[in-house]
Amino acid sequence: MIRSFLSRTGQMALVIFGISVLVFCIFFATPGADPTARIAGRGASPQVMARIRAEYGFDRPLPVQYVRMMEKLFVTRDLTSFVNHGQKVVPEVVSAAPVTLSLVVWAAFFWVVGSLVIGVASAVLRDSWVDRLLMVLGLIGLSMPVFWLGEVINLFTQSRWHDTWLFRWVPPLGYVPLSQSPIGWAKSLLLPSLTLSVSFMGLYARILRSELLSAMGEDSIRTARAKGAGPARVWLWHGLRLSWLSYVSLFGLDFAQLLGGGALLTEVVFALPGVGRLTYQALATLDLPLIMATVMYAAVFVVIANALVDGLYALLDPRIRDGQHGR
Amino acid sequence: MDAEQLLDIQGLKLNLPDGTRLLEGVSLRLNAGEALGVVGESGSGKSLTAMSVMGLLPGLKASGSILFSGQELVNLPDKVMRKLRGARIAMIFQDPMTAFLPVRSIGAQIDEQIRLHHRVSRREARARTVQLLERMGVPDPAMAAKRYPHQLSGGLRQRAMIAMALSCTPALLIADEPTTALDVTVQAQILTLLREIREEGAGVMLITHDMGVVAQACTHVAVMYSGLVVENGPVRDVLDRPLHPYTQALLAAIPPLDGPRPERLPTISGQPPTPDNRPTGCVFAPRCSFVRSECAVRPPLTEIEEGRRVACVLYAA
Ligand SMILES: Nc1ncnc2c1ncn2[C@@H]1O[C@H](COP(=O)(O)OP(=O)(O)OP(=O)(O)O)[C@@H](O)[C@H]1O
Ligand SMILES: [Mg+2]
Repeated sequence: MIRSFLSRTGQMALVIFGISVLVFCIFFATPGADPTARIAGRGASPQVMARIRAEYGFDRPLPVQYVRMMEKLFVTRDLTSFVNHGQKVVPEVVSAAPVTLSLVVWAAFFWVVGSLVIGVASAVLRDSWVDRLLMVLGLIGLSMPVFWLGEVINLFTQSRWHDTWLFRWVPPLGYVPLSQSPIGWAKSLLLPSLTLSVSFMGLYARILRSELLSAMGEDSIRTARAKGAGPARVWLWHGLRLSWLSYVSLFGLDFAQLLGGGALLTEVVFALPGVGRLTYQALATLDLPLIMATVMYAAVFVVIANALVDGLYALLDPRIRDGQHGR
Repeated sequence: MDAEQLLDIQGLKLNLPDGTRLLEGVSLRLNAGEALGVVGESGSGKSLTAMSVMGLLPGLKASGSILFSGQELVNLPDKVMRKLRGARIAMIFQDPMTAFLPVRSIGAQIDEQIRLHHRVSRREARARTVQLLERMGVPDPAMAAKRYPHQLSGGLRQRAMIAMALSCTPALLIADEPTTALDVTVQAQILTLLREIREEGAGVMLITHDMGVVAQACTHVAVMYSGLVVENGPVRDVLDRPLHPYTQALLAAIPPLDGPRPERLPTISGQPPTPDNRPTGCVFAPRCSFVRSECAVRPPLTEIEEGRRVACVLYAA
């Protein structure tokens, strides 16, 4: 147990190291481009250029540059954005993280609950008009671009119908921290997280439906019926138990990539100061240190989430625990 | 023997929604304390008959009559059927690997069945589970209950399956090819187990392809062919003196246990009819070497001696 935990941690460290080297190489070791000029931004004075060159060690060999960069990212945390007037990059990412976390947790809640209800309902009522309707709605949700949906929602809730009783409660765009006002926090996140969850809800409901239907054909479900279990128990207890493995693994990965900045469009549209919006700004202004920081942050998250999913998987399926894959 | 009549199936017909008839009118009887072997070629409707008794064929339209301890099961509401299923009628399936839920321990799955039918605490259910596993000859039953299906051998899994089926002391136990997936020694142990269960007073319906299994474990046998029972009687009588040409052919196709092995075993030529092209007369007529003109009308299953029933014009009075 301890050994497998240690080997897992070692693997994670190795993967993160690999990603950091890769990211570093892409941004700073590209032949023919001078990283100093890119960090300094356009129109920097020669003095600033010289200072940056010395600080990052761009006149020294690549490994030294790499170590400097990682030191600035993780140890001293004083990586500075020159494009953005000397803003410290790491604290910026750290303060953006709770916003993204809140948004994604809310969205995950909605899409899990929604897809469970829709998926189970359409599996139970398979081939009926309810099933068809739900699946068409799911497909629409799945294929609706999130930024477009967000803009439409903003249009109606912020201006067009804002003064009707239905949307009077909608706060102006932006984020309210939980510590400041829990209710304001929930209000500010409700519409953005619903918007973000729509496409996932459609996708997950479809996956759950097909997994559930194929699980219902299994011998063990027949056994459950033969034991005298009622339909609710057979579907929800036995059926879901068999079909949620792929659901869980997909969920872990989507959740992680959203935390890592994948909710970029939603954050931009709803003006939420999260990691995604930070990434967007960094890309728009070519703010190299900030890009470096957000990409590393995302990588660390995805790797950690991956490990958690693997752990959860083993918890859910004893066959994987024993190193036996597949059914 | 005038034991209590446990199961009486009369003219059980099963239709697909499109009208295709899968069972043509199966008739069977089983008393408490007896074991009925149901044999027949693949596709003859053995499993369908068993599943009809369990009420587990929601997509198919059943007609006829299935009397279980005097209660009519055909068209019984599922709510009522659920109370019988697992409690009074239990079933064992062919493949014990896939029949258990792979993600929960054996014990938890047996506990579940006990708690579905009896108001007992988790702990009481588990105590009963361990007791059952022990009775089935599972070594270290308390540990085995905590194991997952893939961690047990096929034989142990099938024992656990039987333990689960017996957990609510059913009056009728249906076993659909319970030993097909097991090796010969384990098969013998399982059959002994089934015999003990029968001797304790339960009725057992054992579906199999194997006449040897029938001879070992059953008191009666029903031979099915193309959705019909063609012959029915005590095991010894039927094996010693098969009446229906199909039974005769079936027995002739088994190599003798002692004596010289024949060069070639006689096989039945042709294929059994599929549900769509079943003849209107005797279903076996196209492959029968005794076929005659009366065979164009389907012979009913009639009692020709005490306890022996056969559906063939050769024995019409
Ligand atoms: N749900 C169903 N829908 C349509 N046809 C079915 C269905 N279930 C069974 N059948 C058909 O009914 C016939 C009898 O099936 P059944 O499973 O009872 O055979 P069996 O005697 O148990 O055979 P085996 O020895 O192979 O298990 C087969 O031809 C099969 O294809
Ligand atoms: Mg079968």
